[in-house]
Amino acid sequence: MMDKYTLLQKIGIYASIVVFITFMLLPFVEMFIASLRPLTHLFSRPKIPVGETMGFLDFMSRFWSDKMSFQAYRDMWVTVPQLPRYIFNSVFLATAVTIMSLIFVIPAAYAYARFNFRGKSVSLTLFLAVNMFSGAVLLIPLYKLLRMYGMLNTYWAMIIPGVAFLVPTGIWLLKSFLEKIPYELEEASFVDGASRLYTLRRVILPLAVPGLVVVGVAIFIGAYAQQFLFAITFNQDRDYMPLPAGIFEFIGYQDVLWNEMMAASLVGILPVLVIFLFMQKHLIAGLTQGAVKQ
Amino acid sequence: MSDLLQMLKPKTKAQSTTLFAWALIAPAAIYMFLIVVWPLVETFRLSFTNSNLGTLIEGADYIGWANYEKALGGRKFPAIVNRTFYWMFLSVSLKIILGLIGATLLASNIRARGIIRALVMPPWIIPIAIGCFGWLWLYNGHFGLLSNFAEMVGITDGPFSFLGYKKSAFYSAVVTDVWIGTPMVTLFFLAAMQGVPRDLYEAAYVDGASRWYRFRRITMPQIMPTVVTMALLSAIWTFNSFEIIWILTEGGPRGATTTLIIDTFKTAIFSYKFGAGATRAVLVVLILGVFSIIYLTVLGRLSRKYGYLGVQK
Repeated sequence: MMDKYTLLQKIGIYASIVVFITFMLLPFVEMFIASLRPLTHLFSRPKIPVGETMGFLDFMSRFWSDKMSFQAYRDMWVTVPQLPRYIFNSVFLATAVTIMSLIFVIPAAYAYARFNFRGKSVSLTLFLAVNMFSGAVLLIPLYKLLRMYGMLNTYWAMIIPGVAFLVPTGIWLLKSFLEKIPYELEEASFVDGASRLYTLRRVILPLAVPGLVVVGVAIFIGAYAQQFLFAITFNQDRDYMPLPAGIFEFIGYQDVLWNEMMAASLVGILPVLVIFLFMQKHLIAGLTQGAVKQ
Repeated sequence: MSDLLQMLKPKTKAQSTTLFAWALIAPAAIYMFLIVVWPLVETFRLSFTNSNLGTLIEGADYIGWANYEKALGGRKFPAIVNRTFYWMFLSVSLKIILGLIGATLLASNIRARGIIRALVMPPWIIPIAIGCFGWLWLYNGHFGLLSNFAEMVGITDGPFSFLGYKKSAFYSAVVTDVWIGTPMVTLFFLAAMQGVPRDLYEAAYVDGASRWYRFRRITMPQIMPTVVTMALLSAIWTFNSFEIIWILTEGGPRGATTTLIIDTFKTAIFSYKFGAGATRAVLVVLILGVFSIIYLTVLGRLSRKYGYLGVQK
């Protein structure tokens, strides 16, 4: 009963959803259309007779051309021979950052969720304070640090700083999940004579899987979405460039090949987009379960 | 040596817990120290030097507060700070409002909910830079969809380059930032809304409370902690947002989209004035720190006055 809507309410909800989704997907639709249009059509304005303003049909003509084709999807591999490498690098970097972050996050989040100890709130606040620094603020010393260890122009140049800015959020997210696991389970395990580390590994981790999935996905997305700043400042080697940095070079060309650039962008993000579509149900369910409060 | 071990050996249960907890936190703490704290200290040190491309070989000199005087005394600085805060407030407010609307829509009892939820998320998942490439084309003056559409509807009477004018460039960047930030806010709000116990709504429904009333008096208070946290995080991220502005306008036209972060990057990396750039970086950290403390203090006060708002005192 409570969830029943009147017809008017229904129309309102669906209309609002359409507007909302249009806003969210508009750039993708336009990117796709642009990728299909040949450059000459892309760079032609709707033909308007002198003295007249643009009408609806003139406007629509920009979406359609006889010469529309998937040619850009073939040509882009020639224009950007490194494209497969960029796509791989992006996924690889995000995966590496996620794994490394989790190695730091899991024990720390467990400690914060389970124990009361000296320096707990101070250190947690300090961790969260790291959120206040963007990579852009620390570029110069980070550059020095990476150069000192010979990590410039390697994958490490993007992994090392990437991890640092994702660990605090990861701790905070995972902590709220772990707090939901009843302490009695651990006590039972202690009573049976299990060590603390054994309990963490054999009792807590299996129970924390949904939470770990959410935190892992959130870190992965963070790592995947933000591959730009470190990539353009700490790495000049095309072999290690992630997708955004690689495609950014398109803009540097004399004439920007917009259709191929859009095609490459869309193909590049496809793998992660598809994986996410399968994951999103778990993500929302997991987030709800954690009901992140603090 | 054995004395030292004896000293370190926990004597009580509390001590043993503290030791174990710190052993678990140590890897993360050490890592953060190396990658964030040390660079921060180094930035602070650099901000008092005249370090630049020319001083890389012979070494930079300490010049006291000169960089700070120059940065704070600059004609443009107050404008940049104002712009950064305006950018942050505008963008975060829009993200929170759209996030609340979006989450309410996605939480409602509709068909194809799973697919609709999935369709909202892409701007968040894809690399920020890729999304910006799409917007770059949308904003194109002659051939972009938005300019053509505005002309068709009659808002403009010719090509309009959205990123070419001071005001429109700024608001265009805000729109793109909101586009990228909204899905995540929506997702977290949605998760929080689903965590609200259903019996609360049922009880209110039985008492004849309207939908709007239920939203105001049940949903909002229940998800307030998430809203408060997301607002702060989102404020910090927006304040620090770099890629969107850099790809769309590089801070232009004529500085109209230059926020503190863009200014820092331009000074340090593009003009190779490492010292002066570091000064700006320190100022960014200080300003954000002060902002966060004020935000949390005000919320703490409000929490005590009006009940729990997500900040414990």
